[in-house]
Amino acid sequence: MRKAKWGTYAILFAITLIWLFPVLWTVLSSFKTQDDLYRWPPALIPPTFSLEHFVAAFEKGNFGTYFMNSTIVTITSTLLLLLINAMAGFALAKYRFKGDSILLIGFISTLMIPLEVIMIPIFKVISFLGLYNSLLGIIIPPAATPTGVFLIRQYLLSVPDELLEAARMDGAGEWKIFWRIILPIAKPIISVLAIFSFMWRWDDFLWPLIVINNPEKYTIQLALSNFIGEYNVDWGSLLAMSTITMIPVLVVFLLFQRQFVQGIATSGMKG
Amino acid sequence: MSNSQSSWKKEKWKRLLAPYLFILPNLVIFLTFIVIPAIVGFVYSFHKYDGLNEMEFLGFDNYIEVLRNEEFWSALGRTGMYAAVVVPGIYVLALGIAILLIREVKLKGLFRASIYWPTMISYIIVGLTWKWIFGDTFGILNYLLDKMGFEPIPWLTDPFWANLSVVIATLWSRVGFFMVIFIAGLQSIPTDMYEAANLDGASKWRTFWNITLPLLKPTSVLVLMVSIIDAFKAYPLMYALTGGGPGKETTYIVQYIYEIGFTKQELGLASAMSVILFAIIGIFSALQFRLSKGGANE
Repeated sequence: MRKAKWGTYAILFAITLIWLFPVLWTVLSSFKTQDDLYRWPPALIPPTFSLEHFVAAFEKGNFGTYFMNSTIVTITSTLLLLLINAMAGFALAKYRFKGDSILLIGFISTLMIPLEVIMIPIFKVISFLGLYNSLLGIIIPPAATPTGVFLIRQYLLSVPDELLEAARMDGAGEWKIFWRIILPIAKPIISVLAIFSFMWRWDDFLWPLIVINNPEKYTIQLALSNFIGEYNVDWGSLLAMSTITMIPVLVVFLLFQRQFVQGIATSGMKG
Repeated sequence: MSNSQSSWKKEKWKRLLAPYLFILPNLVIFLTFIVIPAIVGFVYSFHKYDGLNEMEFLGFDNYIEVLRNEEFWSALGRTGMYAAVVVPGIYVLALGIAILLIREVKLKGLFRASIYWPTMISYIIVGLTWKWIFGDTFGILNYLLDKMGFEPIPWLTDPFWANLSVVIATLWSRVGFFMVIFIAGLQSIPTDMYEAANLDGASKWRTFWNITLPLLKPTSVLVLMVSIIDAFKAYPLMYALTGGGPGKETTYIVQYIYEIGFTKQELGLASAMSVILFAIIGIFSALQFRLSKGGANE
């Protein structure tokens, strides 16, 4: 490998600076006082650090409710996704049964159907099932991802059948095999999927937009978008909410950085 | 004896049934929320339907109306233009940065993480962040331009600049993701290829054209196709950044379909547009499938 020269460093520092700046600017601005927010010339570092926008977001902006809704949706949806995707992936990897290849092809071919294209009929199906305006409507439908099923199946293909046969000899039932043997083995791919799912659900906008109309049930992303009025934008609250909303994703990113980058490199997905 | 035989039979039954039970929850949700809506949408596209009153069969009328609808075509055209700028932009930037970052660089992790980080942030926050930066009278960007002696730019209020703003925000939020894919692709190129080229005295530029690019073909195909499909589905970022404006100047195809379907309640017409959009995305997906297969055969 070639050693980098100073020119490379100069370019990399410049790019990194450009890439970091927008987020830094948002976060720093959220700590400014209302007066300093629109001061000209703008100050990079807040002249006085103030939490007024954070307080306002929680008190007037009802941010606590939205944060809670997003947390509930993200956690339950991720748990559901992991469980049912792992079950389906296991079945497709380790059993031979009538229709297995049709099911697999079916799952994979729907990778091609983007939500954006079926958003109108999805809305009708959700209303029909009484899931309109309910958090369950955001939690359940996206849980059956073809991506997850496919990733887990590919991973489990490498598990030797002898392992399962041995467990059966010892009298283990099929569910016990799944729960006690398969899940622990699949832990690496399940954690990658968990991280993806966390990000997908926490960041999701279009699905909640279709399902939720009642402001009490807004997720953070819906609430944020709803705060952008045409003329009267409450920038203080928006910046404060954006700053808080980035924290969980940042924490997940820092904790799982390695799996994350690997996961992306091997699967190439963002859904 | 007969007792153990029947329990053996029971066991066999359980094993036969098990895969279906394992797959059932996923399958039910999948059918209900992906397959059925896809079929329903296709049926809608041949009907006049406002979501409340009875459906009325129209045959191909919706499709004919879409073909005659100028706003649909300009939204589609804008989306195509957006893709035509964003996709090469992503390709060049992501590959360029990836090439810099597979060298022996100090602080490599920090560089990679900083550029990757925006891909983790939701499109809504990406849109808001850039709206804050692009602000006409309070935005930091216009302040910096002013300091350097330039006129302020109407980033979000002029059609040309608003589209460029959308492109800038998209590049910022997506390049890191594709950079990681390129890094993975570049790392899979055997180093002895480069050593051989080095011995032959090939220039860096020639090595890039004759070794790196050809061997990177499968990765390139993936990056191009995923970013094209992404571009055709773009919506939330623009919603937060420009709201589709000024006028309809940054209204791309998904937002337009959303407006026809949900705001104007023309579910049939919007469904016909969705079918057309799906066909476009389908063509690119099929193309990717063909090309990546071709790449694997070489």
